[in-house]
Amino acid sequence: MSWLKRILNILRSQRLDADLDEELAFHIAERTDELMKNGLTREQASREAQRRFGPYTRQREAARDMDVARSLEAFLEDVRYGLRQLRLNPGFAAVAVLSLALGIGANSGIFQLINALRLKSLPVPNAEHLVAVDVASDFFMSGWTQGRHRIFTYAQFAQMSEQQQAFSGLLAFGTARFNLARGGEARYAQGLYVTPNFLHVAGITPALGQWLAPDTDPRDCSGAGALLNHAFWQREYGGDPSLVGRSISLDGRSFPILGVTPPSFAGLEPARRFDVAVPICADGVFAGDGAGRLANTIAWWLTPIGRLKPGWSVERASAHMRDVSPGVFRGSQPEAYAPDAIERYLANELRVVSARAGVSSLRRDYENPLWILLASTGLVLLIACANLANLLLSRASVREREMALRQAVGASRGRLVAQLMSESLVLACLGAALGAWLAYLLSRGLVFFLTSSGRDLDVALGADWRVSGFTAALALATCLLFGLVPAMRATKGAPVDAMRGGRGSTSGAERYGLRRALVVSQIALSLVLLVGALLFGQSFRNLLATETGIVSDGVLIANVHANVPHLNPESRRAMFRLLEERIDALPDVESSAAVAFAPFSGHGWNESVHADDDAATTGGEIAWLNQIGPGYFQTLKTPLFAGRDFGPQDGANAPRVAIVNEQLARALFGDSDPIGRSFRYEAYVGNADPTYQIVGLVKNTKYGRLREEQRRIAFLPLAQADGDQKERSFVVRARGPFGNVMAGVTRRMAETDPAALVEFSVLDREVKQSASRERLMANLSGGFGLLAALLSALGLYGVMSYRVTRRRSEIGVRMALGAGRGSIRGMVLGEAGRLLFLGLALGLAASIALSRYAESLLFGLAPNDVRTLALGCALLTTVAFVAAWMPVQRATRLDPATNLRDE
Amino acid sequence: MGQNKNDILQGTLSLLILRTLAARGACHGYGLCGHIQTASEDLLRVEEGSLYPALHRMAQAGLLEASWGLSEKGRRAKFYEITKRGRARLQAEKADWARLTRGVELVLRTS
Repeated sequence: MSWLKRILNILRSQRLDADLDEELAFHIAERTDELMKNGLTREQASREAQRRFGPYTRQREAARDMDVARSLEAFLEDVRYGLRQLRLNPGFAAVAVLSLALGIGANSGIFQLINALRLKSLPVPNAEHLVAVDVASDFFMSGWTQGRHRIFTYAQFAQMSEQQQAFSGLLAFGTARFNLARGGEARYAQGLYVTPNFLHVAGITPALGQWLAPDTDPRDCSGAGALLNHAFWQREYGGDPSLVGRSISLDGRSFPILGVTPPSFAGLEPARRFDVAVPICADGVFAGDGAGRLANTIAWWLTPIGRLKPGWSVERASAHMRDVSPGVFRGSQPEAYAPDAIERYLANELRVVSARAGVSSLRRDYENPLWILLASTGLVLLIACANLANLLLSRASVREREMALRQAVGASRGRLVAQLMSESLVLACLGAALGAWLAYLLSRGLVFFLTSSGRDLDVALGADWRVSGFTAALALATCLLFGLVPAMRATKGAPVDAMRGGRGSTSGAERYGLRRALVVSQIALSLVLLVGALLFGQSFRNLLATETGIVSDGVLIANVHANVPHLNPESRRAMFRLLEERIDALPDVESSAAVAFAPFSGHGWNESVHADDDAATTGGEIAWLNQIGPGYFQTLKTPLFAGRDFGPQDGANAPRVAIVNEQLARALFGDSDPIGRSFRYEAYVGNADPTYQIVGLVKNTKYGRLREEQRRIAFLPLAQADGDQKERSFVVRARGPFGNVMAGVTRRMAETDPAALVEFSVLDREVKQSASRERLMANLSGGFGLLAALLSALGLYGVMSYRVTRRRSEIGVRMALGAGRGSIRGMVLGEAGRLLFLGLALGLAASIALSRYAESLLFGLAPNDVRTLALGCALLTTVAFVAAWMPVQRATRLDPATNLRDE
Repeated sequence: MGQNKNDILQGTLSLLILRTLAARGACHGYGLCGHIQTASEDLLRVEEGSLYPALHRMAQAGLLEASWGLSEKGRRAKFYEITKRGRARLQAEKADWARLTRGVELVLRTS
């Protein structure tokens, strides 16, 4: 209350001054009158009145002090003082601000990403009421899946909508890519399949046009059209308002444009922006049968998001969804499942998780690594703070006399501490300001890194209150961490002791103890970071060195999409065959082959397989399948160990054949020769299990990514594939630059079918990108480890130089008494060694305790890998001795006579 | 060093101010000086240098209330009045003072 008044006072201090002047002027006037009555002249009386009042201005100040929050004014003065101090020591200021900026910048940059992925709410009304339907951990699913999130079949979604009572609305969406080009090289837009109530449940109204009524039957496609994202509308159509009602071509089908979203809304995934959304019934339009995946009970593709009814919590909704699970799964039972699969399917349970921040696959993959990186940057910042505290402590000893003097003439200790702290605050604020800029660069660099790893990301990074708050809190915390103790120490000495002069200050030993503790903890923290960096670095190297079974270098992949209305399954097949021949005949192509989907593409197909001597109908080994044309192994340079490659003899009507890898051969037949044997996989109910005779055995290859357990793989001939495949890939080993091959393939494509689309990728890049998370961890943790080691070296150097200066006279005496350079060197090095040893011991203990948190991110080595720990210690020891060497050399070069004279 | 002496003085000064205002009602700083001087038969003289800081501090603490008014001679002056809180403080300080003087007196008498 009185404080509030004081602060208000400072704002109106001008008026207050006038107020006070008037009050005192009255007093002087009255006194003058009185004195004049006693016979003095006006002049004499006035002078006497003023004299009695004492020096007028001092009087005013003393009275005013009571009114105005002097401390606030004093604070501004302190800040000016701090700035002046820093200008006097530009070297110190630069080191301090730079190390703080690096520490704060790294923290804040990583925090920005975490904020965007995890903390920020979706920009929809009452985002906290949004929940996503999820499943219990031992969930059984089998079938045809496509999607980045937790996905369900349309039948399950329909049952959920019908049986649930927890939500005022339940929407669902599926992810897709729509091609905008009408032939030639494909141009993709990020697409969504959405239920008609999508915008309604999200709480969004279109900025332009309109969207379907929320109660439209999802299967009714009569009013189907496209919803454009605001940014896409701006980008593609220049924000043309007359667009509604015109049409847009998606995968060669024309859809009327119904509406445009408001600029703030970009879907329910925080790191991705959709470009075009169509109703889920459009899947039937693309499939050509009018039903598509809506009628398919084993197609998993929809992510349901619900809006909680008022009064419902996430927990209550979760319990409710668990209760209705049996009904949902009974009502959506796939007829294709075998009896034992049905049993497991019916035992499935649903639950509900908050979707306040949306659903994100990026979060799933990167949340853990980001928290680990944030912890690392936190440690780096701590090390930087320890360094600054050390620097300030050494300055404190220099200023001890100044402080003692000021205390002796009446300055209060609190005032002096505040003054010293304000210098720290200035440093911290400058560091945070520069750090905010570095954070901006770092977070954008990270997004760029993630984007270039084959993801089309749009992370909303803007600095919101969380990011600003985080950065400000870091600045304050660091200021307290590195500033408070040195300030307390600097003002602690009794004035008399310090005034007495000389170097024999009493607090010397104590202060040195503190500085030693700081260096020891710096070394310990650096070791933790170095060990982490080495673990991640080696994991990444191990990953790149893993045997893939293919030579990816020099291989181009052409993905051809022929989902065009004028082709039927038969003509499409013929078109792909023709294209295969034409690509192989290109002059720049060394060899090429067709494949259903390229390795490392992210696509997959698995089945439960049984050897020919196994009569069981269920519980087979999981094997991963792919379909290839002749020449596939030759193109990828995968060694064929036994048997033969596919050839023209393996046509559609020939006996079904397969080539297996070593892993599958061993799983099915042990050590016996697999060639000539056969296997089958479990077909869906109503179909006979297809059986394949093995004609070849190939080396183990990686299937989807570098970081996978060796999979059992069977290759089947494309010529014997059933059904209609609308896409096909070609692996092409180029003889020269990829550009020539790409031009050639595009030309042949146009000749073969101008409406088909092609999309190129480079196999080597795809392989490396499957390790992008490991690369990120290796690069960033390596950078932080290096920074930490550097900062600790600086810290050790500072403490050792201080120590040598302090012990100058002692060293002088020793040398005068005949100690050799060797023994002096040993003495100083021994001291550094003790600090290092203590730091390493603490750091090892911390590393061993912490490294298990990184276990899931490591590859090819255990978290407590002894070699890594030893290497970390060795590295840090080297750095430490380099840092200690200069002070040691200085100690041995001291001239005893000069030292003793100084004393 | 000088701090302690000043404190005692300030303590006494606030007692005198409270007592004067309680007895006489609203008064300006100059008037207070005069009253204390005459009431103590010129034994006590209030230092202008400590009077105004004391008044402002007491106003901050809510013991006094200040308002602008016109003096007997028609000059603008700031008048101070004792508040309820100030009266309570006066009672406490009076008791303290009585105890102190009695204690001092007893000590002087026995030795």
